[in-house]
Amino acid sequence: MGFILISLIILIGIASYFLGNLRAKNLRTSNQKNLKSLSHYYGYYVALWAVVPALLILLMITSFKSLFIEQYVLSDFIALGSYTETELSLLFTQIENTALGIKLFDENTILINGAVNKLNYINKTSENLTYVTVLGLSGLLVLYSLFNINNKLNSRKIVEKFLLVLYFTCSLVAIMTTVGIIFSLLYETLRFFSQVPITDFLFGLNWSPQRVFVREAGDLDTRDLANAFGAVPLFAGTFLIALIAMCVSVPVGLLTAIYMSEYASPKVRDWAKPIIEILAGIPTVVYGFFAALTVAPLVRDIGQGAGLTVSSESALAAGFVMGIMIIPFISSLSDDVIKSVPQSLREGSYAMGATKRETIVKVLLPAALPGIVGSFLLAVSRAIGETMIVVMAAGLNAKLTANPLDAATTITTQIVVILIGDQEFDSPKTQSAFALGLTLFVVTLALNFIALQVVKKYTERYD
Amino acid sequence: MKSIKIKADNLNVYYGEKQALFDVSMYMEEKQVTALIGPSGCGKSTFIRCLNRMNDVIDICKVQGKIEIDGNNIYAPSMQVEQLRERVGMVFQKPNPFPKSIFENVAYGPRIHGIAENKSDLEEIVVNSLKKAALFDEVKDRLNDAGTGLSGGQQQRLCIARAISVNPDIILMDEPCSALDPIATARIEELMGELKTEYTIIIVTHSMQQAARVSSRTGFFHLGKLVEVDKTETIFSNPSDQRTQDYITGRFG
Repeated sequence: MGFILISLIILIGIASYFLGNLRAKNLRTSNQKNLKSLSHYYGYYVALWAVVPALLILLMITSFKSLFIEQYVLSDFIALGSYTETELSLLFTQIENTALGIKLFDENTILINGAVNKLNYINKTSENLTYVTVLGLSGLLVLYSLFNINNKLNSRKIVEKFLLVLYFTCSLVAIMTTVGIIFSLLYETLRFFSQVPITDFLFGLNWSPQRVFVREAGDLDTRDLANAFGAVPLFAGTFLIALIAMCVSVPVGLLTAIYMSEYASPKVRDWAKPIIEILAGIPTVVYGFFAALTVAPLVRDIGQGAGLTVSSESALAAGFVMGIMIIPFISSLSDDVIKSVPQSLREGSYAMGATKRETIVKVLLPAALPGIVGSFLLAVSRAIGETMIVVMAAGLNAKLTANPLDAATTITTQIVVILIGDQEFDSPKTQSAFALGLTLFVVTLALNFIALQVVKKYTERYD
Repeated sequence: MKSIKIKADNLNVYYGEKQALFDVSMYMEEKQVTALIGPSGCGKSTFIRCLNRMNDVIDICKVQGKIEIDGNNIYAPSMQVEQLRERVGMVFQKPNPFPKSIFENVAYGPRIHGIAENKSDLEEIVVNSLKKAALFDEVKDRLNDAGTGLSGGQQQRLCIARAISVNPDIILMDEPCSALDPIATARIEELMGELKTEYTIIIVTHSMQQAARVSSRTGFFHLGKLVEVDKTETIFSNPSDQRTQDYITGRFG
């Protein structure tokens, strides 16, 4: 139904554009009216009246219809007063199924059959009613707006205003999504903290939410809860792996940036830069199996050759591959920043008799430092938020360790582990994922904020 | 007659296919101000940038011919360009202090070339350079403030202090006043008069009045050729070439 109706509305819209256009032209040529806008703006004006209110009404009808229908169909059962809300919604599903010809059980047959008839009737009626309302409204507004075209109406301004509203609504979508995500995270996190004290979560040294899962939610021991949700090992693992990643990506990325901006000939730059940036486009899951199947065994073999105990999944392997992954973030941004240091500073330094290296180390890097630091911070927040590589290469074992050769786990990995498979939604285990998510969100947001501030300070510098 | 400090001999400069300078030959006298004038794009900046080999930075730039400073060809393979630039300082059109403190700006050259023996030596060099550049009194209380925070004229004098901090023989000035207001310009011109007692100064300028005020010899460039070079009075009162005559009387350029 919806598809046909929407197509009809759009057809009306197109038709009314031509109608409006035509009417404006006629008014213009009959020379009585001196219209304020070009004819096609009147076309848009009429088309907007035809389409927008009709679509809004349709949206409202479809969102409230089901509620109304349910009330109406179940009215007999509600009148009995002996059903709870859950039972009522179950009943409604049963009625819907019966209407579709699926018969499950034969309780309350008379009442249900009555309700099925009601449902069929109301469905048919509401559909007809929707058609009449929406199309009628559209048609009426087309007529209204057509007759509204006169020399006092500035349709160009109205169209502009409508677009303004449209742009605003679109930007609102992203904003509302962010706000919504934050609030749902906050809500679930608060529920989690009502069961597990926030201090235990932030400072506890033991992370084993599986323990909570094996028992009935009812007889959870509070001490158990406290011991199961200490997130410090996850923070430590995240920090350790991000640190390893930065140890790889910062030197390699920065030196790449220096080479690209100061040494490489334009030819080399032209083909080398895109290739480096492709690194950022490789799906992280591909990095993940590269880490798990190639790097992790390699690290283990080398470690064992040196007489060390290395677990087959190690923080070192995951951190190393993650470091490779974020090289382009650093090299590309730093390259731009170094390049944007004014040429006059380079000349000033060369004119003092400085070599290229001295110029880079003593003038260019200090001048570009804030921007370079900004690129580091962006890379860190990327490293902290990365999941796949760690899941595949660093293991799932939440062990508090600073040894890069040991298995480690991160915040994101644990969220994955917690939410894989079927979950009870109100168990503290599931809710802990939201707490972890919020922590991650806050940390990443803070890093991004600092990065933006640093970059902003930098851009003010040469103005 | 003063002794000759710099001598250019049949200098040809190319930017890729395009020739920017044609057979330029001229000399510049020691501890004098030599001005180079001419319309935009005439090659005077290209010429001055040959004197400290700043054109090396540009990949497509090719220099043919000979430039001798104190009788040594600076384009000889044995010439170390860093050492050359230590002896031939440069001040640019737009003030370009490093984004460092005033002190560090001036200390940059001495640090690179290892001129100062110790910290007090370095401080002495910085203070002396700032004094010579007539900037010390204005900044003595804030040597650790950013050099970029100074006014345009002060920044340019800071750049002059930076250039003389390594005690060069020659200072090249590429339109040093074109970004400054008249008062700051007057100060720089006054400064040049003081500096020429110690340094050989070559200045590129768009302002004929400035050339007349500060220089003892003037060269006129046009379309990549050195049209005429002579005593400044002669150039401005009795030029031998018609093009010079036209330029200084404002008929073109």
